[in-house]
Amino acid sequence: MHKHISEQYDLELSQIRDTLMEMGGLVEVQVNNACTALVNHDMELAEEVRDMEARLNQFEVDLDDRCVSIIAKRQPTAGDLRAIVSVMKVITDLERIGDEADRIAKMALDLADSEKPEHQYAEFRAIHVNVVKMLKRTLDAFARLDVESALRVFEDDEGIDRAYNKIVRQSIATMQTNPQEVERSVSLMWAARALERIGDHAKNISEYVIYQVKGRDVRHSDAVEQMLD
Amino acid sequence: MSTSTAIPGAEASISSQPEETTLQVNDLSLFYGNSQALTSVNLGIATRKVTAFIGPSGCGKSTLLRCFNRMNDLIDNVTITGDIEFDGRSIYDQRVDVASLRRKIGMVFQRPNPFPKSIYENVAYGLRIQGETSTAVINERVEWALKSAALWDEVKDRLRDSALGLSGGQQQRLVIARAIAIRPSVLLLDEPASALDPISTLKIEELIHQLKDDYTIAIVTHNMQQAARVSDYTAFLYLGELVEFGTTDKIFRNPDEKQTEDYITGRYG
Repeated sequence: MHKHISEQYDLELSQIRDTLMEMGGLVEVQVNNACTALVNHDMELAEEVRDMEARLNQFEVDLDDRCVSIIAKRQPTAGDLRAIVSVMKVITDLERIGDEADRIAKMALDLADSEKPEHQYAEFRAIHVNVVKMLKRTLDAFARLDVESALRVFEDDEGIDRAYNKIVRQSIATMQTNPQEVERSVSLMWAARALERIGDHAKNISEYVIYQVKGRDVRHSDAVEQMLD
Repeated sequence: MSTSTAIPGAEASISSQPEETTLQVNDLSLFYGNSQALTSVNLGIATRKVTAFIGPSGCGKSTLLRCFNRMNDLIDNVTITGDIEFDGRSIYDQRVDVASLRRKIGMVFQRPNPFPKSIYENVAYGLRIQGETSTAVINERVEWALKSAALWDEVKDRLRDSALGLSGGQQQRLVIARAIAIRPSVLLLDEPASALDPISTLKIEELIHQLKDDYTIAIVTHNMQQAARVSDYTAFLYLGELVEFGTTDKIFRNPDEKQTEDYITGRYG
């Protein structure tokens, strides 16, 4: 892509992308730390995640403000317009992923007082690893405007949904056979639910990558399935 | 995204053709002496819609607009090949009466050019030329035209004052009133707001929006945001060639051609 005649415009756009990537990096760390805190019963790390939440909110406000300023001053069109619209939508999804990380950290604090369960959170660990991988792929796809990678995220999400359903089934079975495990199982289910939601947000971000590159809105349609075929 | 660049004689990227057209341009080329200003342009001007022509200076957009009512006939040494059909008939047919053609296809220019006459006489002028003598008819038509041009309320108490005393924005609306008084079917607007202040510009844009209920409008503009605001279809010309034509929505959100993208986003071409 050629540079804009206005170098200042190029600079503003690249700064927004850079800050968004910085926000994405922080979100990735937050999710990772929240899950690690949960499986290790690490209260200190969980508190750290909860404290960082405010920083993410600040990213959201700041980035939104800069996008609005570009719209007001530059009246972006075509690829620039799609870039700004995508960034504004990605900001929202990243902030919500941050909220989910915060929720997992809260569950980590709830669980930290108790003994570690026999299963040692094996299923949860598996989803955790996959969600972090998926999030990384999503952010890479956005940074590189790589539609192929964005499409793979949709495949990742299917695996995460399956693993989440498995945790739900296991938790219900545990609660039925062992009533004193109810509290812990519910917390774990909430945390797994948060990971599953993070997968959905990553999927949304991948949709914006496709929109930005192809100019095609693939939400709520079978367009992605067609592209995967 | 397409990465094609303009190749002489290459097909323009046309993402959608209007269903109903009033003017149809077929393989139109125009030369000023030996210098080619338009190359094999093909497109349709949609009926009762606004079609905007955008492109850098010298790309041929005004030249193309002036072809629609044969204004280029007034310039020496112009050669035109191809054709333009107006309501299905060639405007370059020898039997066409050019004065009659220009009554049906009116034109408004960049700088407001009212006659040094009263506001009333400016609008009545075309009707008188057409042989209308009934004062009642002329009064009615002047009022209608001034109302249509969103100027009536500002001038109704001073219709006998000189048109030259009006502001630039008012003069431009007066010129539009003069153009529509004789009820053309097409209005050609060549940079109609480029000499106006922002408020007058918005008034002209609002007027264009209202006029398209009754008229087919083609507008040349350097102001891309204006093209995006007022038009239904946009044609991007570059070096005398039509690069891309489609709905304005498509052109400004997701153009097919990289050249179009570079131009409308303000990049080096």
